[in-house]
Amino acid sequence: MLRFILMRLGKAAIILIAILTLNFFLIHAAPGDPAAVMAGEAGAADAKFIAQLREQFGLDKPLLTQLGIYLKGVLQFDLGFSYRQQMPVADLILDRLPATLLLTMTAFVISLVLGTLAGVLASARVGKWSDTAISTLALLFYATPLYWAALMAVLLFSVYFNWLPGFGYETVGANYTGLRRALDIGQHLILPATTLGLFFMAVYMRMTRASMLEVSQLDFVKTARAKGLKPGIIQRRHIFRNAMLPVVTLAGLQAGQLVGGAVLTETVFAWPGIGRLMFEALAQRDYNLLLGVFFVSAAMVLLFNLITDILYRFVDPRIRVA
Amino acid sequence: MADFWKRFSRNRGAVIGLAILAIVILVALLAPLIFPQSPWRMVQRPFLPPFAMDQYPLGTDALGRDVISGLAYGAQVSLLVGLVSTVAALLIGIPIGALAGYFGGWVDDALMRFTEFFQTVPSFALAIVLVAIFQPSIESIIAAIAIVSWPPVARLVRGEVLSLRSREYVEAAILSGQTSLTIILRQVLPNTISPIIVLASLMVATAILLESSLSFLGLGDPNLMSWGYMIGAARTVIRQAWWLSFFPGVAILLTVLALNLIGEGLNDALNPRLARRGK
Repeated sequence: MLRFILMRLGKAAIILIAILTLNFFLIHAAPGDPAAVMAGEAGAADAKFIAQLREQFGLDKPLLTQLGIYLKGVLQFDLGFSYRQQMPVADLILDRLPATLLLTMTAFVISLVLGTLAGVLASARVGKWSDTAISTLALLFYATPLYWAALMAVLLFSVYFNWLPGFGYETVGANYTGLRRALDIGQHLILPATTLGLFFMAVYMRMTRASMLEVSQLDFVKTARAKGLKPGIIQRRHIFRNAMLPVVTLAGLQAGQLVGGAVLTETVFAWPGIGRLMFEALAQRDYNLLLGVFFVSAAMVLLFNLITDILYRFVDPRIRVA
Repeated sequence: MADFWKRFSRNRGAVIGLAILAIVILVALLAPLIFPQSPWRMVQRPFLPPFAMDQYPLGTDALGRDVISGLAYGAQVSLLVGLVSTVAALLIGIPIGALAGYFGGWVDDALMRFTEFFQTVPSFALAIVLVAIFQPSIESIIAAIAIVSWPPVARLVRGEVLSLRSREYVEAAILSGQTSLTIILRQVLPNTISPIIVLASLMVATAILLESSLSFLGLGDPNLMSWGYMIGAARTVIRQAWWLSFFPGVAILLTVLALNLIGEGLNDALNPRLARRGK
C-alpha cells in the first residue's frame, strides 16, 4: 500500500512539473514584454529601467535558465507578483482558497448523494413514471449550461421567491459569530453548490441506474434471491455495493469539472473563491494571477485524484490483492 | 442505410433531437435572410420586454438590440465552433490513438502518458488560459476547445486499434507487404468509424457548452454575436430583464440536448449489439 502511494505521489509530481513547464511557456506567450509591463505599472518606462528590471528578474538569461528559476520559485511557493492587485499571487490565492474548497466539496457531496439516490430509485422502478421523470431530469441537467442554471436559480429562488440569498458568501454587515455565522454561510452556499453539482448529479443518476440494472442480472444476485433473502436486503447489500464501483471511478473525473465550473459559479454568485479570482484576473488581463490560479486548480485536481485512487483500493478489495 | 435509419428511428428521443437540430441549422443558415440587419444594431428602446412588439417578439437588450436576431446569429457561431473544433479534436486524437494502439510498446507508453497529462489538467481552466493568452478570436476558441477535448478520442481509437490489430485480416495485410501507414489507414481505421461517430456527436454538444461558457466569461470572439456572450452581458441586469439571459440559455439547452439525444440514437443504430445488451 505504501509503495502504491509513493508511486502515485511520484507520478503526480511529474505531472505537476509538466504543468509548471506549460505554465512557464504560456507566461512567455502572453502578450507584452513582462519587463515593459512592470515598468509601465511602476510609471517609469525608460529603456534603462526596463533593462534593470530584466536583469533583476532574470529575463535576460536563456529560456531554460529562466525555467529553472521559475520552478525553484514555485517550490518555495512563489507564484509571481500581481501588479494589478499589488500582492504576491500566492497570497491572493491562499486567501481565496478556503471558500472554493468549501464550495467544491459541498457541490461534490450534494451531486454524489442526490445523484446516486435518484439513480437507485429509478433502477428500482424501471419503466414506471418516477423512472421516466428521473431519467428526463438527468437528460436536462446534462445539457444545461452551468452558469445559466446558476442565473435561473438566482432568478427563481432569490429574486422571485426570496427563499435563499443569491449573492456573496455571508450577509454583509450582519457580523454573525459562531453557529449563527455557520448557518448564514450555509444558506449562502445552497444555490452555488447545487448548481455547480448539477452536471455530475445527472452523470451519477444515469451511471447508478445503469450499473444497478446491470449488477441485478448477475449470478450472485440470482443466488441471493434463490436463498430467499428479502428484496430490500439484496438491493442494499448485494446490488448497491457492487454497483457503486464504477460510480467511484467517476468521482475522480468530477474534480476537474468542479474546479473549472467554480469559475462560472463563483462569477455568478460573487463567491469569494479562486474561481472568482480567475474571472477578475481575466477582466484585468493579469496573466501572472491567471496562470497562478490555473496551476493551483490543476494541483487541486491532482490531489483529489490521488485521494480517490487510494479510496478506490479500500472500496474494492479485488484491486488491493492484485 | 435503410437498416440504419430503422434502428435510429426506433429511438424516439433521437428523432426528436434530429428535428430540433434541423431547426437550429435552418435558423443559422437563414439568419442573414430573416434578419438582414446586423444583430449588433440598436433597433428599439433598451429593455423592451418580450411579446410587447410583434416586430421584436423576444424584446431588446440593454443597448436596444433585437434579442431574436442575436439568437439566430448566435446559432451560427455555436454550430460552427461545435463542428470545427470537434473535427480538429478528431484530427489530433485519431492519429495519436491509432499510432499508440498499432505500434504498442514505448510508442504507446509515451503517447498515453501525454494523453493522460491532458486528461488530468482541468480542461475548462486550460481552455480559459489558452484563449486569454492567445487573445479571444474564433480561431483561438476553436483551437483551445480542440486541445482540451481530444484525449477521449485518442483513448477510444487506441482501444479499438489494439483489438483490431491482432485480427487475421490485419496479419494478412502485414504479410502481403503493405506498409504500416497503409494498413492503419486502409484496414484498421475504417473499422473504428462507428464508435468515433457516436463520440463525435457528443463532442459537438460539449464543444457548444464550452464555447458558450468561454463567451459568458467575456472570452468570445468580439466580432461575433454568440449565445454565451448574450447571457454574460445580461448577467448584471438579471433582476430587471430576465428574458435577456433566459432565451439564449434555452437555445443552448435545446441544441445540446438535441445533440446528446442524436448521439444515443446513433449509438443504437451503429452498435446494435451493444445497444441491445443495455436494454
